[in-house]
Amino acid sequence: MQRRTFLTIVLNVATAVIMLPLQAFAAAWNKPAFEAEKLDEASKHLAINQEIPSLDITIIAPERAENGAVVQVEITSQIVNTESITIFVEKNPTALIGQFNFSNNAQPFVITRIKMAEDSDIKVTVKAGEKYYTRSKKVVVLENGCG
Amino acid sequence: MANETQSKESAHNMRMSAKLKGDVTEVKMIINHPMETGRKKDDFGALIPAHFIQLITILLNGKIVCEAQWGTGIAKNPYLTLHLKGAKVDDKITANWVDNLGAAGYGDVLVVAN
Repeated sequence: MQRRTFLTIVLNVATAVIMLPLQAFAAAWNKPAFEAEKLDEASKHLAINQEIPSLDITIIAPERAENGAVVQVEITSQIVNTESITIFVEKNPTALIGQFNFSNNAQPFVITRIKMAEDSDIKVTVKAGEKYYTRSKKVVVLENGCG
Repeated sequence: MANETQSKESAHNMRMSAKLKGDVTEVKMIINHPMETGRKKDDFGALIPAHFIQLITILLNGKIVCEAQWGTGIAKNPYLTLHLKGAKVDDKITANWVDNLGAAGYGDVLVVAN
C-alpha cells in the first residue's frame, strides 16, 4: 500500500470516529439563543413569537430558593400536541436555560434543576403546532447561584 | 458499537432508573458533570473555562423520546425526570449527551415494574 493511500484511509477513519457521537444528535445547539443575555433576544433566536398566556402550563418551583445554584423546577403542559418546553430565567446573565423536545409518547413534562442568579421570574414557553404558549412563576433567591 | 465503548468509559458518569407506574414510565437520571458557566473564578482568581452539556437525547428502544438543548443555566450534576407512555417492562431507555468541549456520555437502563 502506498503511503498516501494509507494516510488517506487513516484520516477518513479518524474523521468517521470523531463524527460518530455527533450523529446521535439531529438538532444543532442554538448558540445565539443560549449566548443572548436578554430573554427577548433569546426568544427571537428560537423563533418564538406571539406567545399566548396559558394556565394549562404548570410550574412547580419553590417560592423562596435558599441556594440559587440548585433550584428544582417541575413543568407540565396540558396543551394538546405540545412539542417542546423551553425554560428561561429572566434575570440570569444568559436567560435561556434549556429547551426540551418531546416525541413518541413522551409526556410534555419535565423535572430538572436550574441555576438562578437573583430573584426572577422563571418563564416557560410551550410550542404546540405553530403556536406558542407561556406562563411565568416568580422565585425569590437567597443566595446567588450563577458564579 | 461506539455506544458500548462509551458505556464502559462513562457508565460511572450517569445514574438512571425507569419505573413503570400504571401506564406511565418514570425515567430519572443524574449525570456527573461540572456544568461550569465560564464566569466562576478559581482560588487563584483565574476564570474557570465554560464546561457544560449542550445536547442530550433520550431514546426508548432506539426511538427518540426527548431531545434537549442545554445552556450553562442547568445546575451542576444535571438531574432529569421524564414521563413516557407506551413503555413496557424490560424496554430499554438510553441517554446520550455531548458537552461544549466535545466530550460525550452514555447511559442505559431497563424499565422495571414499580
